[in-house]
Amino acid sequence: MSQQLAAIFAPGFFTSQIVQVAATVSAVAALVCGTVGVFTVIRGQSFAGEALGDISTTGGSGAFLVSAGPLWGFGVAAVAASAVMELIGIQRPRGRDLATGIVLGAGLGLAALFLYLDSVYDNTTGATVSIVFGSMFAITSSSIPAVGAFSALALCLVAALGRPLLLSSVSPELAAARGIPVRFVGAAFLLALAIAVALAAFTIGTILATALLVGPAATALRLTRSPARAIAAAAAIGIASCWLGIVLSYDSYDWYHQSGESWPVSFFVVTLIFFGYLLSGLPQRRRRRRPSVASDPASGPTLS
Amino acid sequence: MSERSSNGGASILAVDHLTVSLAGHEVLRDVSFSIEPGEFTGLIGSNGAGKTTLFRVILGLQAAHGTVLVGGAPRSRRNPLIGYVPQKFQLDPDVPLRTRDLVGLGLDAHRYGIAVPTRARRARVDEMLEAVDARGFADARVGTLSGGEQQRVLIAHALIAAPKLLLLDEPLANLDLRSGNEVVALLARIASEQQIAVLISAHEMNPLLPVIDRIVYLAGGRAASGTTEEVVRTSVLSALYGHHVDVLQVHGRVLVVAGEAGELADSGDHSHTQTQVEIIA
Repeated sequence: MSQQLAAIFAPGFFTSQIVQVAATVSAVAALVCGTVGVFTVIRGQSFAGEALGDISTTGGSGAFLVSAGPLWGFGVAAVAASAVMELIGIQRPRGRDLATGIVLGAGLGLAALFLYLDSVYDNTTGATVSIVFGSMFAITSSSIPAVGAFSALALCLVAALGRPLLLSSVSPELAAARGIPVRFVGAAFLLALAIAVALAAFTIGTILATALLVGPAATALRLTRSPARAIAAAAAIGIASCWLGIVLSYDSYDWYHQSGESWPVSFFVVTLIFFGYLLSGLPQRRRRRRPSVASDPASGPTLS
Repeated sequence: MSERSSNGGASILAVDHLTVSLAGHEVLRDVSFSIEPGEFTGLIGSNGAGKTTLFRVILGLQAAHGTVLVGGAPRSRRNPLIGYVPQKFQLDPDVPLRTRDLVGLGLDAHRYGIAVPTRARRARVDEMLEAVDARGFADARVGTLSGGEQQRVLIAHALIAAPKLLLLDEPLANLDLRSGNEVVALLARIASEQQIAVLISAHEMNPLLPVIDRIVYLAGGRAASGTTEEVVRTSVLSALYGHHVDVLQVHGRVLVVAGEAGELADSGDHSHTQTQVEIIA
């Protein structure tokens, strides 16, 4: 039994402080991303999430230049970008992708400059790789208080918005008719989205951040019927993917003795999320096929 | 055009000399009518006649000239006296929102924070689901329901907050005849049982004729209101449209027909006589 366990959890896994910090930070980030991600998917703002993740590259590379913590860089860039998106007009359905795209382009232009300066300053491409693809095992325990504060802020924001956020995400018309300030709720949610993206970027890298934000939420939507359960499932899927990714990455150190390197955690986490999403589609597909076999004329697409 | 004088604060809705302009274009001009508690009123007009705009004015979402009193008080946003069922409601089937979640949101969606699941809350939601015959799909996702089922859920969402005036924007537009009749029967029952005034918009008046007490007919930005007999007449509607229309009764259905037999006198040749007739309501 202990031998089998040792085969899964390589020696020193549980006592490693690096692993403990990575597990803690990634779990908290996955919890926030699951919560915010469900609303992101319902509201159809996945592109905004992706763009905020990409733009946080600018903040991360800028923070490296001034020797500040990357989480702060990600946070400042994502929040600032979300504010500009809001000002340009992300609240209008028609202008939404446009506002996101314009801010994304400008943000990435700045990232090109900062990443270039980083490589001049650092003389390696190490900073670029760890910003863009993450480096969970390089996170130090000193960043845990900031991670906790960011997470608490995002979770409190979503909880406080609560019912008005849910109704305005489902139907802006219904929400407006009830006197809910739909635009204010949308702007406040965008702030929570920016914070969640910063946490995801800190955990698995800026361009992979969207995977942790949208992937578990999309999977949870297939498996659950109520908002509360979808959030719980998304958080659980995100945490499980991160932890399993950490285990596999830690184990991979021994896969190629000659390299002396482990495979990136981010690779495992993102791959696990992706296969989780594919797996979740299997029962649904079977469920859909059954009624069509019965050739029920009433089971066609419904007019809404 | 018979306008009832608004009798003090008794009317649940009193619209007086209402004029609304959208982007410089007058959508509604000098519209006046009132609705009494428990009345079932049809708001009839073709697409673009200003029905949705009128609802937005009543809901306090649209600037307007004139007065609109809801329950005797000036219109405002977040008026608990009003329940609203929008025309546009589209939800993807994968959105994790059950029928009971949406009905529950009708109770307190305007309050910030998360709903606390109490027994009383659940009982109230179940009661409302029962009232609109939605118990059978209480735990199904709203996005997977048929159009008629979704209308019933939206009606429950609007009614659970116990409004005194229920506004429905084209609820029959996307329904087949049977589902539409079910929704109309449900609304008529609720209006009489719970003494809720219902204002229901439609471009087709016939499905509503058996149940409505009164009619508000919109055309050309103006309105005629009264009982169906008072309003749906050749003289009244011709005046409203600003040109001659005929009101015809065909097999118990009312047709409003615009256009006239053209150039009969000129052509002389009967084989080429063109009668351009358009059924407009």
